[in-house]
Amino acid sequence: MALAEPSSSGRFGEFGGRYVPETLVPACHELERAFRSAWGDPTFRNELDGLLADYAGRPSPLTECHRLSEELGVRVLLKREDLNHTGSHKINNVLGQALLAKRMGKSRLVAETGAGQHGVASATAAALMGMECMVFMGEVDIERQALNVFRMKLLGAEVVPAVSGSRTLKDAVNEAMRDWVATVETTHYCLGSVMGPHPYPWMVREFHTVIGTEARAQCEKLLDGGVPDIVTACVGGGSNAIGIFSGFADTDAELVGVEPAGGAAVGRGVPGVVHGMKSYLMQDEFGQVQEAHSISAGLDYPGVGPEHSFLSSIGRARYEAVTDEQVIDAFQLLSRTEGIIPALEPAHALAWISRDRKELAGKTVLLNMSGRGDKDVGQMMDILG
Amino acid sequence: MVTPADEGLAIPDAPEQPGVLEASLRTTRDGGRKLLVPYVTGGLGTDWAEIVRAVADAGADAIEIGVPFSDPVMDGPVIQEASELALRAGATPVTIFDELRTIDAGVPIAVMTYYNLAFHMGHQRFAESLAAAGVSAAILPDLPLEEVGPWATAADAAGVETVLLAAPTAPDERLPLVCARARGFVYAVGLLGVTGERDALASSSLVIARRLKAITDKPVLVGVGVSSAAQAVEVCAEADGVVIGSALMRRVLEGAGPAGAGEFIAEVRTALDSAY
Repeated sequence: MALAEPSSSGRFGEFGGRYVPETLVPACHELERAFRSAWGDPTFRNELDGLLADYAGRPSPLTECHRLSEELGVRVLLKREDLNHTGSHKINNVLGQALLAKRMGKSRLVAETGAGQHGVASATAAALMGMECMVFMGEVDIERQALNVFRMKLLGAEVVPAVSGSRTLKDAVNEAMRDWVATVETTHYCLGSVMGPHPYPWMVREFHTVIGTEARAQCEKLLDGGVPDIVTACVGGGSNAIGIFSGFADTDAELVGVEPAGGAAVGRGVPGVVHGMKSYLMQDEFGQVQEAHSISAGLDYPGVGPEHSFLSSIGRARYEAVTDEQVIDAFQLLSRTEGIIPALEPAHALAWISRDRKELAGKTVLLNMSGRGDKDVGQMMDILG
Repeated sequence: MVTPADEGLAIPDAPEQPGVLEASLRTTRDGGRKLLVPYVTGGLGTDWAEIVRAVADAGADAIEIGVPFSDPVMDGPVIQEASELALRAGATPVTIFDELRTIDAGVPIAVMTYYNLAFHMGHQRFAESLAAAGVSAAILPDLPLEEVGPWATAADAAGVETVLLAAPTAPDERLPLVCARARGFVYAVGLLGVTGERDALASSSLVIARRLKAITDKPVLVGVGVSSAAQAVEVCAEADGVVIGSALMRRVLEGAGPAGAGEFIAEVRTALDSAY
């Protein structure tokens, strides 16, 4: 099966929906109509494809990791989203949403960010298209991702600290939604993952299917018409994972999402409702949302996109969890063996391959290298001394 | 355009018979009095039950009790702080319901919280817990009309009225659908934004109240941004009444105590009664 369109109420199975304050319901309807119209409009598609090619640098290459493969005994292929402009896959979605916002006559973007990659991408698109941009970022993340904060400011965005709750990604989403409730007439909420109220999980997925489409063709070429045994990616909200999964959902390839142990929403498997969607959610016995804890600011999120909950519930994808220590090892492993410094987020997927290399021996694994590690070097310098 | 709900998410018609809250508010309104509904965060401090009694004695027609949630996206800084303090003090839906059962405020009680607490406990169990605690109604601001079906079915069965919000952004064709499903009262959102005090009454408050009054005879109360006795009087030119949350809770957070909370609500009561 290919990944399907959600139901009319925005559901993937029982997950998804549109659990937003009444004030935002008309805006979600408007966005859904605008996206449907744009996505079916060749002019819009051509403009977006042009930007992805000439501005973001697509297609991104597929890299075979010879030395790493030899060390692990697993054949590892990397989809190089780290080589996109702004250093991660986030630009695919942001260029799409910014173009759409312009088409809807909105002059301002508001965004949340964890590690800062989506914030940087949003600020970049806003600069490119002459729009105003405000990015909410948890106070804790502002400290550990100072470089990206400076980047966003350089790009002309205003960075606002989220000081409530855990002061990480979850709270940045709360603040962005509160801003959107107040500014909905002029502002588009440029949500950074396959989460939130319908149509976001679907729309953001569609903007990232370019990853899977390219990777499928690249793999067919490299593997003589075959597909990898396993396709893997890290999962916070899950946008890069859905992007690469979309290219292989209709094949025999096993799909494996890798969550941080301290933010394993799918791993715990308890459904809940927050940030506009029904999905697996880390929560206490009363339904209060719990704080995630991860070395990676980008995965430090207690929920997950609803389509991942769906794919897990029907058994089409499975989800593994790795510890911060395993991630730190993987971060160094890829740097040392391949000359590629990964972001901490995709290092989770590599950490899983490395941990389970015995079971994976001899298999071909495609890993979505969703971002580069420049932003994490400062943090790793402190950790590794 | 309202996107049709999935079959599994059908929206049941609201029962024709008004519940306790709606009946009480209608009677008071039809008697010529403007409606005053203060909001108190449940589980905040050791004296929140006394604050509830104090605002009841000061002339509240019903009281909204906030059950704190970890991620209150419709709330501004004051209610956020109150919620966070209550949560840190160990407040849970269960502790708040237990205490509510012992409060005889003499006016109907509505609980305001976020949907996940009801979803997590289970619709039926949550609705029955509310009813058992003597609560007449529930307000779930992140559960819009299209998603309300499964909860409303359980709430209707338990005799709990589900108040729906009506926002300034709603197109004309949406408001009658909201009003038809709303029980207790129609909660008119006064402005584009989250709860919190504002220096002046937003003109959108008057507009949304007028639009709703033109299409429903259910009580229409304006909340979000109604910050003072004067603003309450101003908006009641169009509305049947007001919900006052942040202005009251700021005073509570500043240490006003039951006496100070009662004084503020009495001030609003007096202003409304002398103006209308």
